[in-house]
Amino acid sequence: MCSRASRSPGGDLAKQARLGAALLVAALAAGCSLSGGQSQNQSHTVTLVTHDSWQVDKATFEEFQKTSGIKVTVSPNGDAGALTTKLVLTKSNPIGDLAYGVDSTFASRALGEGVFAEYRSPEAEQGPQRYKLDDTGRLTAVDVGDVCLNVDTGWFTQKGLPAPASYADLIDPRYKDLLVVEDPATSSPGLAFLLGTIAANGQNGWQDYWTRLKANGVKVDAGWTEAYSQDFSGSSGKGPRPIVVSYASSPPSEQGRTKALLDTCYRQVEYAGVLAGAKNPEDARKVLDFLLSQKFQSQVAEQMYVYPARAGVALPDSWKTAAPLPDKPAQLPADQVQANREQWVQQWRKLVQG
Amino acid sequence: MSARALGLLGLALLPLVFLGLFFAWPVASILGLGLRDGGVLDVLTSADTWRLVGFTVGQAAAATAVAVLAGMPLAYVLARCALPGMGLLRVLIVVPFVLPTVVVGLAFRALLPDGGVLSIVLANAFFNVAVVARTVGGLWAHTDRRAEEAARALGASRWRAFTSVVLPAIAPAIGSAAAVVFLFCATSFGVVLMLGGARFRTLETEIYLRTVELFDLPGAAALSVLQVAAVLAVLVIGAVARRRRETALALRRSVETARRPVGGEWAVVAAACLVLVGLMVPVIGLVARSLSGGVDGYLALAGQGDSNTLQVPALETVQNSLRAATDATLLAMALGVTSAVVLSQVRRGRRVLGEALDVALMVPLGVSAVTVGFGYLITLGDLPVLVPLAQALVITPLIVRTVLPVLRAIDERLRQAAGTLGANPLRVWREVDLALAGRSLVAAAGFGYVVALGEFGATSFLARPEAPTLPVAIGRLISRPGVLNNQMAYAACVLLMLVTVAAVVVIERLRTTAVGEF
Repeated sequence: MCSRASRSPGGDLAKQARLGAALLVAALAAGCSLSGGQSQNQSHTVTLVTHDSWQVDKATFEEFQKTSGIKVTVSPNGDAGALTTKLVLTKSNPIGDLAYGVDSTFASRALGEGVFAEYRSPEAEQGPQRYKLDDTGRLTAVDVGDVCLNVDTGWFTQKGLPAPASYADLIDPRYKDLLVVEDPATSSPGLAFLLGTIAANGQNGWQDYWTRLKANGVKVDAGWTEAYSQDFSGSSGKGPRPIVVSYASSPPSEQGRTKALLDTCYRQVEYAGVLAGAKNPEDARKVLDFLLSQKFQSQVAEQMYVYPARAGVALPDSWKTAAPLPDKPAQLPADQVQANREQWVQQWRKLVQG
Repeated sequence: MSARALGLLGLALLPLVFLGLFFAWPVASILGLGLRDGGVLDVLTSADTWRLVGFTVGQAAAATAVAVLAGMPLAYVLARCALPGMGLLRVLIVVPFVLPTVVVGLAFRALLPDGGVLSIVLANAFFNVAVVARTVGGLWAHTDRRAEEAARALGASRWRAFTSVVLPAIAPAIGSAAAVVFLFCATSFGVVLMLGGARFRTLETEIYLRTVELFDLPGAAALSVLQVAAVLAVLVIGAVARRRRETALALRRSVETARRPVGGEWAVVAAACLVLVGLMVPVIGLVARSLSGGVDGYLALAGQGDSNTLQVPALETVQNSLRAATDATLLAMALGVTSAVVLSQVRRGRRVLGEALDVALMVPLGVSAVTVGFGYLITLGDLPVLVPLAQALVITPLIVRTVLPVLRAIDERLRQAAGTLGANPLRVWREVDLALAGRSLVAAAGFGYVVALGEFGATSFLARPEAPTLPVAIGRLISRPGVLNNQMAYAACVLLMLVTVAAVVVIERLRTTAVGEF
């Protein structure tokens, strides 16, 4: 047997050269990347580890870096859960100098593992202290992002049905098959909603409440995206269900078609803290001060859909009516959440999905 | 040890060192951390765990079967038919592969509202039909048509000729493709979560939940060990099955083997069309969705979304995607081609060694991105360089799988003849292997590039905020409220498809002009 492929030696050489070049470029690309990213000026550099929702007004951030002389490198690390896990895994050799985005459901884990160092920012007196977890001064509240039921107001007007107002309304047969929620095992708003129902119905009453909710046709999705943007009727997905678990801050994005039910909110607070073992703790503290400053706080609503922790910071105009801060949200103590969440979620799974 | 054996060993070191450094070490470290505290037995003896294993393997096997069945007619048409529109077909079928899972998940939820297991299987198959069509089509195009014609002339039915002549020849490629698809499906994450409505859990989703949400590292490590064991078992079975089938084939130019279909062959063409329609339904749905609000979403791509959801304009992420994919493809080509050469040579004599390397290269496809990602974190730190490395881990086995069946099918006597005529090993490789497999090499690079473009898992885990890739940007846009963000997300999906199509077209051009037709 022989090959029919005959070709000129010249063509082969050219091919060889091309292949060689490709290999060389590959080696160079790998080499370049490996050496890149290490040549940072150590003196005034701070690495800020955040969750993926981090977002900041560019001008504000640049101005801070210019006036303070601190270069801030932002390193997003997944959602609040992934961020906390990463901080705990790397606590002996921290991946940054300070972290922002550990929320009230995960804070106990981080504090228990000794991830954060004490730092009492003078700015914390301007309101953030309202949301403090304990008196050790290791985590400071930066913002509040409450999880509330959202309803499609147009849907209810059209059906001549009053929109529900409380958890109790949801088990009313009039609202059968209208609610979509997220799975607390896989979604952070889903977990917040479960905690809200536990706070409202008590540690012994919530199972019964969920049994009725299930009988009333609650739909459970794995994540916020499919629940809100596909199954909810008030969003661009125009789904079949007019009640969804989302955030107090979602309505301004929907141009008046939805509203949050302020009596069904669960408070989620996002914290920041200087990491124990930070390479540059001094500058990290200044960056934390900046996160609590009037300038930074006044842009968190627009940038990250959350409420400033600092007192007296004005909300954007569109939020004043569409998304006021809930004034009496439910909240469970962080240590209680930490101690029970796995068990609660397991019980919930058996009850609702079993 | 001969100089040749030494040379091969040297070549083998490149992929082995890479795997050791960027896969084995990080994974072993994170597993070690979890296993240190014991508790593994509890997990392994729980009935719940074995249900997870059963469902994981079951859904992956079903999706693999569907992908192979759907991919075969396409592979046939790509390999054997000289029809107009073949170039277009070749390009269209890779589009599903790059679509972000979150978008495909939404599309399948819309198509099959109460889908459950069926929609998980179909969605996983949807992603992977291209793997089968391209891997199998690649070898099929080069197999000699005359053998089956002889069988037909001797009175065999079309089916008989296929099963006793064609199938044995292309079986190695089918096995290769099936193994890859199985691993992709077994570790698929987003699709299972979204379409299972969280009711159906796999090892992959459970490892994620235990690691990230519950911080149950021992539990996660135990499940990861199970996952690695299951993957190894599947790969070893695959390797043993392949060993008996792989034979030297008389490879032909693909133009010689393709012709206009006749008679019953049109039935296969019709089946291929049906599969294509099936693949395009979700794709067309996405395009329609992107246009539901006019062209607002497209116009918004120049910006950063409603309230600056993105840190850079969406269009800029295209550049990031292209750059990251180029890096990863070059790296993976260097590793993949080296490995394929070693594997094709080492086969005679030290078969077991070769197969061990083969299996080792495939394992990263079957191990949870969460395990690998957290492993990177505690061993290699948080260096930005990790994105192309992590992508290369995924692409390298695909390149090996595309190139290796062709290299192995090359008749050894050709190499021996070249050697006898005085060519040194490099020259032999150039004149024989490269000449025969060059086209597959470019095809492999093209497919690798496409995979890198669409890769989301590792990238979202490791990407830098100021340089998000297009799939990462889509994920971010779709997870925010607001009509504009949503429209932009869909428009960005269409953009991703266009970029993919353009990349494939360019690479296909390269394939016919630069490497020559074979």
